[in-house]
Amino acid sequence: MSEPAIELRGLSHRFGEGEHAVSAVQDISLSVAAGSFVSVLGPSGCGKSTLLRVLAGLLVPTAGQALVRGRSAIATPGLVGYMPQRDLLLPWRRALANATLGAEIAGEPVEAERERARGLFQQFGLAGFEDVWPAQLSGGMRQRLALLRTFLIRSDVLLLDEPFGALDAITRRAMQAWLQDVWMRDRRTVLFVTHDVEEALFLSDTVYVLTERPGRLLTHVDAPFARPRLPSLVVEPAFVQCKALLLEALDRGAPGG
Amino acid sequence: MQYLPALLLLAALMAVWELAVALLDIRPYLLPAPSRIWSAFLRIGGTLPHHTWTTMAEATLGLALAAAVGVALAALIASVGLVRRVLYPLLVASQAVPMIVLAPLLVVWFGFGMAPKVIVVALVGFFPIVVNTVDGLLGADREMVGLVRSMGANRAQVLRHILGPSALPAFFAGLKIAAAYAVVGAIIGEWVGAGSGLGIFITRSQASFRIDQVFVAIVIVALASILLFALVQLAARLATPWMYVHERKDEG
Ligand SMILES: Nc1ncnc2c1ncn2[C@@H]1O[C@H](COP(=O)(O)OP(=O)(O)OP(=O)(O)O)[C@@H](O)[C@H]1O
Ligand SMILES: [Mg+2]
Repeated sequence: MSEPAIELRGLSHRFGEGEHAVSAVQDISLSVAAGSFVSVLGPSGCGKSTLLRVLAGLLVPTAGQALVRGRSAIATPGLVGYMPQRDLLLPWRRALANATLGAEIAGEPVEAERERARGLFQQFGLAGFEDVWPAQLSGGMRQRLALLRTFLIRSDVLLLDEPFGALDAITRRAMQAWLQDVWMRDRRTVLFVTHDVEEALFLSDTVYVLTERPGRLLTHVDAPFARPRLPSLVVEPAFVQCKALLLEALDRGAPGG
Repeated sequence: MQYLPALLLLAALMAVWELAVALLDIRPYLLPAPSRIWSAFLRIGGTLPHHTWTTMAEATLGLALAAAVGVALAALIASVGLVRRVLYPLLVASQAVPMIVLAPLLVVWFGFGMAPKVIVVALVGFFPIVVNTVDGLLGADREMVGLVRSMGANRAQVLRHILGPSALPAFFAGLKIAAAYAVVGAIIGEWVGAGSGLGIFITRSQASFRIDQVFVAIVIVALASILLFALVQLAARLATPWMYVHERKDEG
Protein backbone atom coordinates (compact mmCIF):
# COMPACT_ATOMS: atom_id res chain seq x y z
CA MET A 1 0.00 0.00 0.00
CA SER A 2 1.33 3.45 -0.90
CA GLU A 3 1.59 6.27 1.61
CA PRO A 4 -1.74 7.35 3.11
CA ALA A 5 -3.42 10.44 1.63
CA ILE A 6 -4.13 11.80 5.09
CA GLU A 7 -2.37 11.00 8.31
CA LEU A 8 -2.79 12.38 11.82
CA ARG A 9 -0.23 11.48 14.48
CA GLY A 10 -0.91 12.25 18.12
CA LEU A 11 -2.86 15.34 17.21
CA SER A 12 -4.07 17.48 20.12
CA HIS A 13 -5.45 20.95 20.22
CA ARG A 14 -6.30 23.29 23.06
CA PHE A 15 -7.98 26.66 22.50
CA GLY A 16 -6.84 29.44 24.81
CA GLU A 17 -4.48 29.46 27.78
CA GLY A 18 -4.56 28.79 31.50
CA GLU A 19 -7.82 28.15 33.28
CA HIS A 20 -9.94 29.23 30.32
CA ALA A 21 -8.28 26.72 28.01
CA VAL A 22 -10.65 24.41 26.12
CA SER A 23 -9.22 21.12 25.04
CA ALA A 24 -10.90 20.33 21.72
CA VAL A 25 -9.18 17.15 20.56
CA GLN A 26 -6.70 14.89 22.28
CA ASP A 27 -4.10 12.52 20.87
CA ILE A 28 -5.81 11.60 17.63
CA SER A 29 -4.00 9.27 15.27
CA LEU A 30 -5.60 8.01 12.11
CA SER A 31 -4.75 7.44 8.52
CA VAL A 32 -6.81 7.58 5.35
CA ALA A 33 -5.66 5.53 2.37
CA ALA A 34 -5.51 7.29 -0.97
CA GLY A 35 -8.79 6.93 -2.84
CA SER A 36 -10.84 5.92 0.17
CA PHE A 37 -13.85 7.53 1.76
CA VAL A 38 -13.51 7.91 5.52
CA SER A 39 -15.91 9.51 7.97
CA VAL A 40 -15.38 11.03 11.37
CA LEU A 41 -18.39 10.63 13.60
CA GLY A 42 -18.86 12.25 16.96
CA PRO A 43 -21.15 14.33 19.13
CA SER A 44 -21.39 18.08 18.74
CA GLY A 45 -18.38 19.97 20.07
CA CYS A 46 -16.01 17.00 20.07
CA GLY A 47 -13.53 18.66 17.74
CA LYS A 48 -14.44 17.34 14.29
CA SER A 49 -14.27 20.75 12.62
CA THR A 50 -11.05 21.45 14.51
CA LEU A 51 -9.44 18.39 12.88
CA LEU A 52 -10.42 19.55 9.40
CA ARG A 53 -9.18 23.08 10.02
CA VAL A 54 -5.79 21.69 11.01
CA LEU A 55 -5.67 19.60 7.83
CA ALA A 56 -6.72 22.61 5.75
CA GLY A 57 -3.66 24.45 7.10
CA LEU A 58 -5.75 27.07 8.88
CA LEU A 59 -5.15 26.08 12.51
CA VAL A 60 -1.82 25.22 14.11
CA PRO A 61 -2.42 22.42 16.64
CA THR A 62 -0.83 22.48 20.07
CA ALA A 63 0.71 19.03 19.52
CA GLY A 64 1.06 16.31 16.93
CA GLN A 65 1.44 16.01 13.21
CA ALA A 66 -0.93 16.30 10.27
CA LEU A 67 0.19 15.04 6.88
CA VAL A 68 -1.45 15.27 3.49
CA ARG A 69 0.16 12.96 0.92
CA GLY A 70 3.29 12.84 3.01
CA ARG A 71 3.64 16.62 3.44
CA SER A 72 2.98 18.41 6.67
CA ALA A 73 -0.29 20.30 6.31
CA ILE A 74 0.29 22.41 9.38
CA ALA A 75 0.16 26.10 8.44
CA THR A 76 0.25 24.98 4.80
CA PRO A 77 -3.05 25.84 3.12
CA GLY A 78 -3.74 24.82 -0.46
CA LEU A 79 -3.07 21.07 -0.18
CA VAL A 80 -6.72 20.03 0.06
CA GLY A 81 -10.19 20.98 -1.08
CA TYR A 82 -11.93 22.13 2.09
CA MET A 83 -15.65 22.61 2.63
CA PRO A 84 -16.22 24.43 5.94
CA GLN A 85 -19.26 23.71 8.07
CA ARG A 86 -20.82 27.11 7.30
CA ASP A 87 -21.43 27.49 3.59
CA LEU A 88 -19.40 30.72 3.44
CA LEU A 89 -20.63 31.73 0.02
CA LEU A 90 -19.29 35.15 -0.86
CA PRO A 91 -22.31 37.49 -0.85
CA TRP A 92 -20.74 39.71 -3.53
CA ARG A 93 -20.47 36.93 -6.10
CA ARG A 94 -23.35 35.43 -8.01
CA ALA A 95 -23.86 31.67 -7.69
CA LEU A 96 -21.76 30.66 -10.70
CA ALA A 97 -18.93 33.02 -9.75
CA ASN A 98 -18.93 31.50 -6.26
CA ALA A 99 -18.54 28.06 -7.78
CA THR A 100 -15.47 29.05 -9.79
CA LEU A 101 -13.72 30.85 -6.92
CA GLY A 102 -11.15 28.09 -6.43
CA ALA A 103 -10.09 28.13 -10.08
CA GLU A 104 -9.81 31.89 -10.05
CA ILE A 105 -7.57 31.86 -7.01
CA ALA A 106 -5.45 29.09 -8.52
CA GLY A 107 -5.07 31.28 -11.62
CA GLU A 108 -6.75 28.76 -13.94
CA PRO A 109 -8.69 29.88 -17.02
CA VAL A 110 -12.08 30.90 -15.68
CA GLU A 111 -13.99 30.43 -18.93
CA ALA A 112 -13.40 26.67 -19.09
CA GLU A 113 -14.16 26.39 -15.38
CA ARG A 114 -17.48 28.12 -15.87
CA GLU A 115 -18.51 25.49 -18.40
CA ARG A 116 -17.53 22.73 -15.98
CA ALA A 117 -19.53 24.45 -13.24
CA ARG A 118 -22.63 24.83 -15.43
CA GLY A 119 -22.69 21.06 -15.91
CA LEU A 120 -22.58 20.52 -12.16
CA PHE A 121 -25.36 23.07 -11.54
CA GLN A 122 -27.60 20.71 -13.47
CA GLN A 123 -26.56 17.71 -11.38
CA PHE A 124 -26.91 19.59 -8.10
CA GLY A 125 -30.44 20.72 -8.89
CA LEU A 126 -29.29 24.30 -9.15
CA ALA A 127 -29.91 24.78 -12.87
CA GLY A 128 -31.41 28.21 -13.56
CA PHE A 129 -29.83 29.72 -10.45
CA GLU A 130 -26.42 30.46 -11.97
CA ASP A 131 -26.90 34.22 -11.92
CA VAL A 132 -28.64 34.83 -8.59
CA TRP A 133 -26.99 36.24 -5.49
CA PRO A 134 -26.35 33.85 -2.59
CA ALA A 135 -28.87 35.83 -0.51
CA GLN A 136 -31.55 34.63 -2.91
CA LEU A 137 -30.83 30.92 -2.32
CA SER A 138 -32.43 28.71 0.32
CA GLY A 139 -30.27 27.20 3.07
CA GLY A 140 -30.16 23.81 1.37
CA MET A 141 -29.33 25.35 -2.00
CA ARG A 142 -26.53 27.35 -0.43
CA GLN A 143 -25.06 24.18 1.03
CA ARG A 144 -25.28 22.37 -2.31
CA LEU A 145 -23.52 25.28 -3.97
CA ALA A 146 -20.78 25.17 -1.34
CA LEU A 147 -20.33 21.44 -2.01
CA LEU A 148 -20.26 22.11 -5.75
CA ARG A 149 -17.57 24.74 -5.22
CA THR A 150 -15.51 22.22 -3.24
CA PHE A 151 -15.79 19.56 -5.94
CA LEU A 152 -14.51 21.98 -8.55
CA ILE A 153 -11.28 22.37 -6.59
CA ARG A 154 -8.58 20.34 -8.29
CA SER A 155 -7.21 18.45 -5.33
CA ASP A 156 -7.12 14.67 -4.77
CA VAL A 157 -7.97 15.17 -1.12
CA LEU A 158 -11.31 16.62 -0.03
CA LEU A 159 -12.36 17.55 3.50
CA LEU A 160 -16.13 17.88 3.87
CA ASP A 161 -17.53 19.28 7.13
CA GLU A 162 -21.16 18.18 7.47
CA PRO A 163 -21.98 18.99 3.86
CA PHE A 164 -25.58 17.87 4.23
CA GLY A 165 -26.28 19.38 7.65
CA ALA A 166 -28.77 21.94 6.33
CA LEU A 167 -30.69 19.59 4.05
CA ASP A 168 -34.05 17.92 4.62
CA ALA A 169 -34.09 14.12 4.77
CA ILE A 170 -35.27 13.70 1.18
CA THR A 171 -32.73 15.99 -0.46
CA ARG A 172 -30.12 14.61 1.87
CA ARG A 173 -30.60 11.07 0.65
CA ALA A 174 -30.50 12.19 -2.97
CA MET A 175 -27.30 14.12 -2.33
CA GLN A 176 -25.74 11.11 -0.60
CA ALA A 177 -26.46 8.97 -3.65
CA TRP A 178 -25.07 11.70 -5.86
CA LEU A 179 -21.94 12.01 -3.73
CA GLN A 180 -21.35 8.27 -3.99
CA ASP A 181 -21.68 8.46 -7.79
CA VAL A 182 -19.28 11.33 -8.22
CA TRP A 183 -16.84 9.88 -5.77
CA MET A 184 -16.81 6.51 -7.57
CA ARG A 185 -16.04 8.26 -10.85
CA ASP A 186 -12.67 9.71 -9.87
CA ARG A 187 -12.10 8.21 -6.39
CA ARG A 188 -10.62 11.23 -4.73
CA THR A 189 -9.78 10.78 -1.07
CA VAL A 190 -12.57 12.12 1.12
CA LEU A 191 -12.51 12.83 4.83
CA PHE A 192 -16.14 13.37 5.75
CA VAL A 193 -17.46 14.81 9.01
CA THR A 194 -20.97 14.10 10.17
CA HIS A 195 -23.00 13.24 13.23
CA ASP A 196 -25.43 11.12 11.26
CA VAL A 197 -24.56 7.45 11.86
CA GLU A 198 -26.45 6.11 8.85
CA GLU A 199 -24.97 8.68 6.49
CA ALA A 200 -21.44 7.86 7.66
CA LEU A 201 -21.91 4.13 7.15
CA PHE A 202 -23.69 4.47 3.82
CA LEU A 203 -20.90 6.53 2.27
CA SER A 204 -17.70 5.33 3.91
CA ASP A 205 -15.10 2.63 3.75
CA THR A 206 -14.25 3.32 7.37
CA VAL A 207 -15.95 5.30 10.12
CA TYR A 208 -13.92 6.72 12.99
CA VAL A 209 -15.77 7.50 16.21
CA LEU A 210 -14.75 10.28 18.58
CA THR A 211 -15.69 10.70 22.22
CA GLU A 212 -17.34 13.74 23.75
CA ARG A 213 -15.09 16.79 24.13
CA PRO A 214 -12.17 16.61 24.30
CA GLY A 215 -12.46 14.31 21.31
CA ARG A 216 -10.40 11.16 21.57
CA LEU A 217 -10.44 8.29 19.13
CA LEU A 218 -12.78 5.65 20.46
CA THR A 219 -12.88 3.06 17.73
CA HIS A 220 -13.31 2.62 14.03
CA VAL A 221 -15.77 0.47 12.14
CA ASP A 222 -15.30 -0.76 8.58
CA ALA A 223 -18.18 -0.70 6.15
CA PRO A 224 -17.26 -3.40 3.67
CA PHE A 225 -20.37 -3.11 1.50
CA ALA A 226 -20.08 -3.39 -2.27
CA ARG A 227 -20.58 -0.26 -4.32
CA PRO A 228 -22.66 1.22 -5.75
CA ARG A 229 -24.71 1.07 -2.58
CA LEU A 230 -28.45 1.29 -2.94
CA PRO A 231 -30.77 3.13 -0.57
CA SER A 232 -32.17 -0.24 0.51
CA LEU A 233 -28.77 -1.10 2.01
CA VAL A 234 -29.70 0.68 5.21
CA VAL A 235 -32.22 -2.03 6.15
CA GLU A 236 -29.98 -5.01 5.42
CA PRO A 237 -28.89 -7.00 8.50
CA ALA A 238 -25.14 -6.49 7.94
CA PHE A 239 -25.65 -2.72 7.74
CA VAL A 240 -27.92 -2.66 10.77
CA GLN A 241 -25.31 -4.62 12.71
CA CYS A 242 -22.60 -2.08 11.85
CA LYS A 243 -24.94 0.70 12.82
CA ALA A 244 -25.55 -0.94 16.19
CA LEU A 245 -21.78 -1.13 16.73
CA LEU A 246 -21.42 2.58 16.03
CA LEU A 247 -24.32 3.61 18.22
CA GLU A 248 -22.96 1.54 21.05
CA ALA A 249 -19.53 3.15 20.61
CA LEU A 250 -21.09 6.61 20.69
CA ASP A 251 -22.86 5.70 23.94
CA ARG A 252 -19.57 4.61 25.44
CA GLY A 253 -18.02 7.93 24.43
CA ALA A 254 -20.70 9.93 26.19
CA PRO A 255 -20.03 11.09 29.76
CA GLY A 256 -20.96 8.44 32.28
CA GLY A 257 -21.06 5.88 29.46
CA MET B 1 -44.24 59.04 -5.62
CA GLN B 2 -41.98 58.33 -2.67
CA TYR B 3 -40.96 61.96 -1.97
CA LEU B 4 -44.51 63.32 -2.02
CA PRO B 5 -44.91 63.50 1.79
CA ALA B 6 -41.61 65.38 2.10
CA LEU B 7 -42.66 67.85 -0.60
CA LEU B 8 -46.06 68.39 1.02
CA LEU B 9 -44.43 69.09 4.36
CA LEU B 10 -42.06 71.53 2.68
CA ALA B 11 -44.94 73.33 0.97
CA ALA B 12 -46.81 73.61 4.29
CA LEU B 13 -43.75 75.07 6.01
CA MET B 14 -43.37 77.61 3.20
CA ALA B 15 -46.97 78.68 3.58
CA VAL B 16 -46.58 79.13 7.35
CA TRP B 17 -43.37 81.09 6.78
CA GLU B 18 -44.98 83.36 4.19
CA LEU B 19 -47.98 84.03 6.43
CA ALA B 20 -45.87 84.60 9.54
CA VAL B 21 -43.68 87.17 7.82
CA ALA B 22 -46.78 89.02 6.53
CA LEU B 23 -48.81 88.86 9.74
CA LEU B 24 -45.98 89.65 12.15
CA ASP B 25 -44.61 92.28 9.82
CA ILE B 26 -41.04 90.98 9.96
CA ARG B 27 -38.46 93.25 8.24
CA PRO B 28 -36.99 91.66 5.06
CA TYR B 29 -33.40 92.20 6.24
CA LEU B 30 -34.17 90.00 9.24
CA LEU B 31 -36.17 87.26 7.56
CA PRO B 32 -37.37 87.55 3.95
CA ALA B 33 -40.57 85.74 2.96
CA PRO B 34 -40.35 82.86 0.47
CA SER B 35 -41.94 85.04 -2.22
CA ARG B 36 -39.23 87.63 -1.73
CA ILE B 37 -36.51 84.96 -1.92
CA TRP B 38 -38.08 83.75 -5.15
CA SER B 39 -37.99 87.20 -6.74
CA ALA B 40 -34.40 87.61 -5.61
CA PHE B 41 -33.66 84.31 -7.36
CA LEU B 42 -35.28 85.59 -10.57
CA ARG B 43 -33.28 88.79 -10.37
CA ILE B 44 -29.83 87.29 -9.76
CA GLY B 45 -30.41 83.87 -11.34
CA GLY B 46 -28.00 84.52 -14.20
CA THR B 47 -24.92 84.73 -11.99
CA LEU B 48 -25.72 81.62 -9.97
CA PRO B 49 -24.64 78.78 -12.33
CA HIS B 50 -21.10 80.12 -12.33
CA HIS B 51 -20.88 80.22 -8.52
CA THR B 52 -22.63 76.89 -8.17
CA TRP B 53 -20.31 75.26 -10.66
CA THR B 54 -17.23 76.44 -8.75
CA THR B 55 -18.54 75.18 -5.43
CA MET B 56 -19.64 71.82 -6.85
CA ALA B 57 -16.26 71.31 -8.49
CA GLU B 58 -14.52 72.01 -5.15
CA ALA B 59 -16.89 69.68 -3.30
CA THR B 60 -16.52 66.85 -5.81
CA LEU B 61 -12.74 67.08 -6.03
CA GLY B 62 -12.49 67.33 -2.25
CA LEU B 63 -14.70 64.27 -1.87
CA ALA B 64 -12.56 62.31 -4.32
CA LEU B 65 -9.43 63.34 -2.41
CA ALA B 66 -11.09 62.36 0.88
CA ALA B 67 -12.00 58.95 -0.56
CA ALA B 68 -8.48 58.29 -1.87
CA VAL B 69 -6.72 59.38 1.32
CA GLY B 70 -9.38 57.76 3.50
CA VAL B 71 -9.09 54.35 1.86
CA ALA B 72 -5.30 54.42 1.94
CA LEU B 73 -5.27 55.36 5.63
CA ALA B 74 -7.92 52.76 6.42
CA ALA B 75 -5.92 50.03 4.71
CA LEU B 76 -2.84 51.03 6.69
CA ILE B 77 -4.71 51.24 10.00
CA ALA B 78 -6.47 47.93 9.47
CA SER B 79 -3.39 46.00 8.44
CA VAL B 80 -0.70 47.33 10.78
CA GLY B 81 -1.43 47.12 14.51
CA LEU B 82 1.19 49.72 15.40
CA VAL B 83 -0.29 52.25 12.98
CA ARG B 84 -3.70 51.57 14.48
CA ARG B 85 -2.49 52.37 17.98
CA VAL B 86 -0.51 55.45 16.96
CA LEU B 87 -2.52 56.99 14.16
CA TYR B 88 -6.10 56.29 15.19
CA PRO B 89 -6.08 58.43 18.36
CA LEU B 90 -4.38 61.24 16.43
CA LEU B 91 -7.06 61.11 13.76
CA VAL B 92 -9.77 61.35 16.37
CA ALA B 93 -7.98 64.30 17.99
CA SER B 94 -7.62 66.01 14.62
CA GLN B 95 -11.41 66.23 14.44
CA ALA B 96 -11.34 68.61 17.41
CA VAL B 97 -9.68 71.33 15.30
CA PRO B 98 -12.46 73.67 14.11
CA MET B 99 -12.52 74.08 10.35
CA ILE B 100 -13.31 77.81 10.78
CA VAL B 101 -9.88 78.19 12.37
CA LEU B 102 -8.09 76.02 9.85
CA ALA B 103 -9.59 77.49 6.67
CA PRO B 104 -7.81 80.90 6.86
CA LEU B 105 -4.51 79.14 7.52
CA LEU B 106 -5.01 76.96 4.45
CA VAL B 107 -5.53 80.10 2.37
CA VAL B 108 -2.28 81.49 3.74
CA TRP B 109 -0.50 78.26 2.82
CA PHE B 110 -2.13 77.42 -0.51
CA GLY B 111 -3.34 80.78 -1.87
CA PHE B 112 -6.77 81.93 -3.02
CA GLY B 113 -7.18 79.31 -5.75
CA MET B 114 -9.17 76.09 -5.61
CA ALA B 115 -6.62 74.11 -3.60
CA PRO B 116 -7.47 75.31 -0.06
CA LYS B 117 -11.21 74.70 -0.67
CA VAL B 118 -10.61 71.20 -1.95
CA ILE B 119 -8.43 70.54 1.08
CA VAL B 120 -11.09 71.77 3.50
CA VAL B 121 -13.66 69.45 1.91
CA ALA B 122 -11.20 66.55 2.09
CA LEU B 123 -10.37 67.31 5.74
CA VAL B 124 -14.04 67.33 6.64
CA GLY B 125 -14.77 64.19 4.64
CA PHE B 126 -11.91 61.78 5.17
CA PHE B 127 -12.67 61.01 8.82
CA PRO B 128 -16.02 59.23 8.41
CA ILE B 129 -14.55 57.40 5.42
CA VAL B 130 -11.53 56.17 7.40
CA VAL B 131 -13.56 55.12 10.44
CA ASN B 132 -16.16 53.23 8.42
CA THR B 133 -13.69 51.58 6.07
CA VAL B 134 -11.50 50.42 8.97
CA ASP B 135 -14.57 48.86 10.58
CA GLY B 136 -15.44 47.20 7.29
CA LEU B 137 -11.96 45.78 6.81
CA LEU B 138 -11.65 44.53 10.39
CA GLY B 139 -15.19 43.17 10.34
CA ALA B 140 -14.55 40.81 7.43
CA ASP B 141 -15.61 37.23 8.18
CA ARG B 142 -12.49 35.41 9.47
CA GLU B 143 -13.83 32.11 8.25
CA MET B 144 -14.25 33.49 4.75
CA VAL B 145 -10.62 34.55 4.85
CA GLY B 146 -9.82 30.99 5.98
CA LEU B 147 -11.79 29.54 3.08
CA VAL B 148 -9.87 31.40 0.37
CA ARG B 149 -6.59 30.78 2.19
CA SER B 150 -7.38 27.05 2.12
CA MET B 151 -7.68 27.48 -1.65
CA GLY B 152 -4.15 28.85 -1.66
CA ALA B 153 -4.92 32.57 -1.79
CA ASN B 154 -2.06 34.98 -1.10
CA ARG B 155 -2.44 38.28 0.78
CA ALA B 156 -3.35 40.26 -2.32
CA GLN B 157 -6.03 37.71 -3.22
CA VAL B 158 -7.46 37.76 0.30
CA LEU B 159 -7.69 41.54 0.00
CA ARG B 160 -9.27 41.41 -3.43
CA HIS B 161 -11.74 38.60 -2.84
CA ILE B 162 -12.71 39.03 0.83
CA LEU B 163 -11.49 42.15 2.64
CA GLY B 164 -12.15 44.62 -0.17
CA PRO B 165 -15.69 43.53 -1.00
CA SER B 166 -16.69 43.21 2.65
CA ALA B 167 -15.43 46.75 3.37
CA LEU B 168 -17.15 48.27 0.35
CA PRO B 169 -20.60 48.85 1.92
CA ALA B 170 -18.97 50.46 4.97
CA PHE B 171 -16.80 52.63 2.74
CA PHE B 172 -19.92 53.91 0.97
CA ALA B 173 -21.62 54.57 4.31
CA GLY B 174 -18.66 56.81 5.18
CA LEU B 175 -18.66 58.41 1.74
CA LYS B 176 -22.35 59.30 2.13
CA ILE B 177 -21.66 61.15 5.37
CA ALA B 178 -18.72 62.91 3.72
CA ALA B 179 -20.89 63.83 0.73
CA ALA B 180 -23.51 65.39 2.98
CA TYR B 181 -20.87 67.76 4.41
CA ALA B 182 -18.85 68.33 1.24
CA VAL B 183 -20.73 71.36 -0.12
CA VAL B 184 -20.78 73.04 3.28
CA GLY B 185 -17.06 72.32 3.52
CA ALA B 186 -16.42 74.03 0.21
CA ILE B 187 -18.39 77.06 1.38
CA ILE B 188 -16.39 77.34 4.58
CA GLY B 189 -13.28 77.16 2.41
CA GLU B 190 -14.54 80.03 0.25
CA TRP B 191 -15.48 82.14 3.25
CA VAL B 192 -11.99 83.51 3.63
CA GLY B 193 -11.56 84.49 0.02
CA ALA B 194 -12.36 83.26 -3.43
CA GLY B 195 -12.95 84.53 -6.96
CA SER B 196 -16.27 82.74 -7.29
CA GLY B 197 -18.40 80.21 -5.49
CA LEU B 198 -21.55 80.13 -3.39
CA GLY B 199 -19.56 80.84 -0.23
CA ILE B 200 -18.13 84.08 -1.51
CA PHE B 201 -21.55 84.93 -2.95
CA ILE B 202 -23.04 84.55 0.54
CA THR B 203 -20.29 86.69 2.06
CA ARG B 204 -20.85 89.48 -0.46
CA SER B 205 -24.63 89.36 -0.10
CA GLN B 206 -24.33 89.61 3.68
CA ALA B 207 -21.97 92.56 3.36
CA SER B 208 -24.63 94.40 1.34
CA PHE B 209 -27.48 93.24 3.62
CA ARG B 210 -29.15 91.26 0.81
CA ILE B 211 -30.50 88.60 3.15
CA ASP B 212 -32.89 87.41 0.44
CA GLN B 213 -29.88 86.56 -1.73
CA VAL B 214 -28.30 84.70 1.19
CA PHE B 215 -31.41 82.57 1.39
CA VAL B 216 -31.31 81.87 -2.35
CA ALA B 217 -27.76 80.61 -1.88
CA ILE B 218 -28.81 78.48 1.10
CA VAL B 219 -31.48 76.78 -1.00
CA ILE B 220 -28.96 76.07 -3.74
CA VAL B 221 -26.46 74.70 -1.22
CA ALA B 222 -29.16 72.36 0.09
CA LEU B 223 -30.06 71.20 -3.41
CA ALA B 224 -26.39 70.71 -4.31
CA SER B 225 -25.85 68.63 -1.17
CA ILE B 226 -28.85 66.47 -1.99
CA LEU B 227 -27.57 65.99 -5.53
CA LEU B 228 -24.10 64.95 -4.36
CA PHE B 229 -25.58 62.59 -1.79
CA ALA B 230 -27.84 61.03 -4.42
CA LEU B 231 -24.87 60.51 -6.74
CA VAL B 232 -22.96 58.67 -4.01
CA GLN B 233 -26.06 56.61 -3.29
CA LEU B 234 -26.25 55.69 -6.98
CA ALA B 235 -22.56 54.77 -7.04
CA ALA B 236 -23.10 52.56 -3.98
CA ARG B 237 -25.94 50.74 -5.71
CA LEU B 238 -23.82 50.12 -8.79
CA ALA B 239 -20.72 49.05 -6.86
CA THR B 240 -22.42 46.87 -4.23
CA PRO B 241 -25.48 45.42 -5.98
CA TRP B 242 -25.64 42.45 -3.60
CA MET B 243 -26.55 44.81 -0.77
CA TYR B 244 -29.81 45.73 -2.49
CA VAL B 245 -31.04 42.25 -3.41
CA HIS B 246 -33.91 42.08 -0.96
CA GLU B 247 -35.01 45.63 -1.55
CA ARG B 248 -35.42 44.90 -5.24
CA LYS B 249 -37.38 41.75 -4.49
CA ASP B 250 -39.82 43.65 -2.27
CA GLU B 251 -40.50 46.21 -4.96
CA GLY B 252 -41.16 43.55 -7.62
N1 LIG C 1 -11.85 29.51 17.80
C1 LIG C 1 -12.15 28.85 18.92
N2 LIG C 1 -11.84 29.40 20.12
C2 LIG C 1 -12.13 28.74 21.27
N3 LIG C 1 -12.74 27.55 21.32
C3 LIG C 1 -13.06 26.96 20.17
C4 LIG C 1 -12.80 27.59 18.90
N4 LIG C 1 -13.24 26.78 17.93
C5 LIG C 1 -13.77 25.70 18.54
N5 LIG C 1 -13.67 25.80 19.88
C6 LIG C 1 -14.09 24.80 20.87
O1 LIG C 1 -13.54 23.56 20.52
C7 LIG C 1 -14.47 22.52 20.66
C8 LIG C 1 -14.57 21.73 19.38
O2 LIG C 1 -15.12 22.55 18.37
P1 LIG C 1 -15.45 21.98 16.92
O3 LIG C 1 -16.02 23.10 16.14
O4 LIG C 1 -14.22 21.33 16.37
O5 LIG C 1 -16.54 20.90 17.24
P2 LIG C 1 -17.37 19.97 16.23
O6 LIG C 1 -17.07 18.57 16.60
O7 LIG C 1 -17.12 20.35 14.84
O8 LIG C 1 -18.87 20.28 16.65
P3 LIG C 1 -20.20 20.35 15.74
O9 LIG C 1 -20.61 18.97 15.44
O10 LIG C 1 -21.19 21.03 16.61
O11 LIG C 1 -19.85 21.14 14.54
C9 LIG C 1 -15.77 23.18 21.07
O12 LIG C 1 -15.97 22.95 22.44
C10 LIG C 1 -15.58 24.64 20.83
O13 LIG C 1 -16.18 25.39 21.85
MG1 LIG D 1 -18.19 21.21 13.43
